Amino acid sequence: MSRRTLLRGAAVGAGAVALPSLLAACSGGPSGVTMGSNASDAVPKKAFAEAFKAYEKKSKKTVRVNTVNHENFQENINRYLQGTPDDVFMWFAGNRMQYFAQKGLLSDISDLWRDFDGFTDALKKQSTGLDGKQYLVPYYYYPWAVFHRKSVFRDKGYDVPKTFDQYRALAKQMQKDGLVPFAFGDKDGWPAMGTFDYLNMRANGYDFHIALLRGQKSWNSPQVKQVFDLWRGLLPYHQKGANGRTWQEAAQTLAQKKAGMTVLGLPHPGQQFSAADREDLDFFPFPEIDPAHGQDAVEAPIDGFLMSKKAKDREGAKDLLTYLATPQAEDVYLKSDPNNIAVNSGADTAAYTPLQKKAVQLVSGAKQISQFLDRDTRPDFASTVLIQAIQQFLNRPDDIDGLVNDIERQKKQIFSAT
Amino acid sequence: MPNTRARRAGRPGPRRHTRRDLIVLGVLLGIPILLDLALIWGPTLASVGLSFTTWDGIGDIQWAGLKNYDNLFTTYPQFWPAVRHNLLWLAFLGLLAAPFGLLLAVLIDRGVRFSRFYQSTLYMPVVLSLAVVGFIAQLILSRDQGALNAVIGGRNPTDWLGNPQLNIWMVLLAACWRHTGYVMILYLAGLKSVDPGLKEAAALDGASARQTFFRVVLPTLRPVNVIVGVITVIESLRAFDIVYAVNKGRNGLELLSVLVTDNIIGEASRIGFGSALAVVLLLVSLGFIVTYLVQELRGEQQR
Repeated sequence: MSRRTLLRGAAVGAGAVALPSLLAACSGGPSGVTMGSNASDAVPKKAFAEAFKAYEKKSKKTVRVNTVNHENFQENINRYLQGTPDDVFMWFAGNRMQYFAQKGLLSDISDLWRDFDGFTDALKKQSTGLDGKQYLVPYYYYPWAVFHRKSVFRDKGYDVPKTFDQYRALAKQMQKDGLVPFAFGDKDGWPAMGTFDYLNMRANGYDFHIALLRGQKSWNSPQVKQVFDLWRGLLPYHQKGANGRTWQEAAQTLAQKKAGMTVLGLPHPGQQFSAADREDLDFFPFPEIDPAHGQDAVEAPIDGFLMSKKAKDREGAKDLLTYLATPQAEDVYLKSDPNNIAVNSGADTAAYTPLQKKAVQLVSGAKQISQFLDRDTRPDFASTVLIQAIQQFLNRPDDIDGLVNDIERQKKQIFSAT
Repeated sequence: MPNTRARRAGRPGPRRHTRRDLIVLGVLLGIPILLDLALIWGPTLASVGLSFTTWDGIGDIQWAGLKNYDNLFTTYPQFWPAVRHNLLWLAFLGLLAAPFGLLLAVLIDRGVRFSRFYQSTLYMPVVLSLAVVGFIAQLILSRDQGALNAVIGGRNPTDWLGNPQLNIWMVLLAACWRHTGYVMILYLAGLKSVDPGLKEAAALDGASARQTFFRVVLPTLRPVNVIVGVITVIESLRAFDIVYAVNKGRNGLELLSVLVTDNIIGEASRIGFGSALAVVLLLVSLGFIVTYLVQELRGEQQR
């Protein structure tokens, strides 16, 4: 190889390093709204595509969808929003949205909200930032509850428990009958959070729960210790080895009638049931612990759409968001993905499965709606402290004092950082 | 030789570079140096700098002094386990996997039956990425649906990957499975280059097989030993993918690299804190790199 070709090669190489970023800077013309999607699973991906197609047909505009793997989308959201985000993107309600609103990375859509119809006040609250402005168009949600099989409850003569004492007694009875009372897996770190949320909201109320997650209450308070204590009392009835089991595997034990109950979200257990068994799936709301709080709060994570601060086609984005807030847009989606329920009260529920109908009842009867532990608190606190703490608790449930002191120390650090 | 001297003689003074030479040199040296600065030294120094700040990746960068390091050592429960696990990794690969690889290499080199078959079988896992090894480990070791528990049977299945006292050993075994093959192939190459005359001479002097190996063969393998040592250290310190594939490096599988990722890459974006972790990892690595370089340079002088 001559020196000249070598040099030429080096120049081309340097160009190859610089070129992609140059190209990226050039892209993004005026050809329609761009949509950042984290719906990488087959079922929701297809369902969203149907919804956008319906919009394109109606408005004669185009929606360009950029789908990214769900986990990657979540992990890169910071850099995504600061780089060249899409005009509209999918995200979650609650603190996880407020965090980015506070950082000035989202566009205020309060003007659109003034014309929205069919959303409850609870929904509006979950779409509102700390500054009182709205940032989210809610799309669907899925309540968490205690799932079980109708046939198992019928055959064994179990009653749905209303109170915590009945809940514990039922668990004891199931164990006697040779069942694992609670199917349980926490390998991914988040599924057990649902149980913590419910125990805390039932024992201490929604307001305490949210204040705790906002960093305003201390984790080594008697209230939080009581939550872990209640949980410890239930652990002997939980499937052992939860930290090594995914929630999918846990749900399968329920499907196989080896387990009696499980605390999960609406879309989760059904996926592990065969089509024939799916009608056998049922749920009841998490039982009451303190009568002062009853069963008021329901955990129902809301997914929806946000407009990025850097949106290029702002008018197009607002037009699309307005469409996505209509009940028709939700109907199109849910036709292909019946694992969630629509947020808009005008949505057509005639085609709902009995389970979906029951979920609607549960949510509409709720006095408060929580999102989920990792959506109601700071992302850094949830992912670097609480996941590990809960897994540690499941390994060593007896050292509650040490656990909550550990959490509190780290909480102070993280919440004081900004 | 006479040729150059003749040319030199014709040109007085030191050799001058033409303008063109200078440009070529500048480009050929300059591009790598620039890339090195931009891609390696830049980020390294930036990490060190950021480790003294509390930056969340969005807002202003605020000076925090040594607070991150203080937090790291005193209030971050995952830190010390991660350090311990990294050292355990190093000890396990260095003291078990590497010698075992050497043993296999010697056995195969002696020409046991079907040695080609063993060679390729043992080398196969090296082709797989550690993330894939992690997935395979899950298929075998999963508590409810894993192959191993199905074979063992029994009423109380062992939680190979969920029990924090047990899972690190299981993952180490899986990592060894790959590392042993790697080391074996390196030693096999080294053994092939050992002069058979040396062994013959040792045999003539009446050395036993053991003596021959430890006194004659092993010393000639010194260059390979160095390579194996370096690879083992690198593999241990950058270990990441296998534990991340198994359970995101939590619940007993913490490693420094995982903690850096957890704090920086994820949604968390505690970039200052994560940078402090990265600096600790850098310092540990530097310790090994410097020791290695010092040894190498000393060896060079002695030779």
